[in-house]
Amino acid sequence: MNEPTLVSARGVSLAFGAIRALRDVELDLWPGEVLAIVGESGSGKTTLLNVVSGRLRPDDGAVWYRDPQGVLHDVHAMPDPALRRLHRSDWGFVHQNPRENLRMGVTAGGNVGERLMAQGARHYGDIRAAAIDWLEQVEIDPARIDDFPRTFSGGMLQRLQIARTLVTHPRLVFMDEPTGGLDVSVQARLLDLIRTLVARLRIAVMLVTHDIAVARLLAHRIVVMQGGRVVETGLTDQVLDDPQHAYTQLLVSSVLQA
Amino acid sequence: MKGYNFGYLDEQTKRMIRRAILKAVAIPGHQVPFGSREMPLPYGWGTGGIQVTASVLGPGDTLKVIDQGADDTTNAVSIRRFFARTAGVRTTTHTEEASVIQTRHRIPERQLREDQILVYQVPQPEPLSRLEPSQAETKRLHALADYGLMQVKLYEDIARLGQVSISYDYPVMVNHRYLMSPSPIPAFDNPKMHGMPALQLFGAGREKRIYAIPPYTDVRSLDFDDHPFRATRAPHACGLCGATDSYLDEVVTDDRGGRLFVCSDTDYCASRRETTQAAAQ
Repeated sequence: MNEPTLVSARGVSLAFGAIRALRDVELDLWPGEVLAIVGESGSGKTTLLNVVSGRLRPDDGAVWYRDPQGVLHDVHAMPDPALRRLHRSDWGFVHQNPRENLRMGVTAGGNVGERLMAQGARHYGDIRAAAIDWLEQVEIDPARIDDFPRTFSGGMLQRLQIARTLVTHPRLVFMDEPTGGLDVSVQARLLDLIRTLVARLRIAVMLVTHDIAVARLLAHRIVVMQGGRVVETGLTDQVLDDPQHAYTQLLVSSVLQA
Repeated sequence: MKGYNFGYLDEQTKRMIRRAILKAVAIPGHQVPFGSREMPLPYGWGTGGIQVTASVLGPGDTLKVIDQGADDTTNAVSIRRFFARTAGVRTTTHTEEASVIQTRHRIPERQLREDQILVYQVPQPEPLSRLEPSQAETKRLHALADYGLMQVKLYEDIARLGQVSISYDYPVMVNHRYLMSPSPIPAFDNPKMHGMPALQLFGAGREKRIYAIPPYTDVRSLDFDDHPFRATRAPHACGLCGATDSYLDEVVTDDRGGRLFVCSDTDYCASRRETTQAAAQ
């Protein structure tokens, strides 16, 4: 790992009143790497994701992001316009609930094209071609480009959200429980899709999940959180096959075997 | 008129509005908040435009007021008479004689000059209001020049209808920076705003906003490279003066389907008819 990191969190702490959501968290993410953050509800996974993506300001510590030119930026010291630009070009966010991210009153094509237009694309034909291309990549029939998202199934909505996020070729995508609330067969197909796209486009992913199976399938490395602390970190197979920390052992052993 | 200050508003209020106007001129297309006053006519009748007009009007000015291009509609007549009584200024219906023109829904057909001011009445100053309900958010979008949302609206129109379906209040980019609502003028009038020699002031009374386009400013209607903006008009000649380049109103003339297309700018139409009559004699 001599390559410089893409994102580094150093000594990040955050308290909501008496609740210490994050305690001195350290984290590194390399380009093209999929990092899963696992842990039970309330362990601070989503809070960590929000802090790293600049949506929440930590009480203490800093998050560093290295831009394509190799310049390091303190995410929380960046001016608002720069952070916003980052969020609509180099970064992407995939929510658990696609309705939070998609515009339900706008057609599928418009949803996919929005980030392109926000970046200044002004050629209708090109935007439409990109939308069709991305609908195909996420296995949605391109004939549905002018349909509204409300006519889509849950799995299709999630795939549409992924197309909308990846259309600008981000370098880093934050995913918050991307397969939550979907039935098992749809989950499997979606995971397969995410894995293929991420590998082909060499996108770094920070993935929050409570589902060990999702982490095992997608992630290169894993971070285990408990009570706002990182208790264990390492290569996915290593952590899951030979857990060291008592909590990780509990987590791994509590997975139902099919 | 006794008991009233010149132009109805007191001098302190006019100063406050002039400060807002100066700021608006300095930042073309940016909406400047101001302390809008109660006016002796209801919201929606041009309270914003009247306050702006009252603040820029001097004793030597000549005022013209149009509503949908016409000088003789209720709104235009009332506002013209209001200023004739409270300021005692000269009023006119001729575009070339006026130094201040207050307008609702139209820009005069005749090219305006540097020594003229065009005051628009604006019902909704926020171009993003229908797309983003939160004002805090629209302010942030303006601050960051984040106008992808508006472009998505145009994309949706073309995808569904084959063309942009906005026929009035067509959004414009002012000076390559601010997205601006041109007030409910027809899209036909949008090109007239670009590089206009006259100063353009916009007043929204209920929403308490003033904005401006200084003379010779770049004003572009939003569009796509492969779907350029096109001004549309009814494909007819004016039934009275025969003009083929002016914006037309459709007038129902009887209850048997009779229709007449006439210039919406009454002064333009009348002056054209006078010219042809004079030439015939």
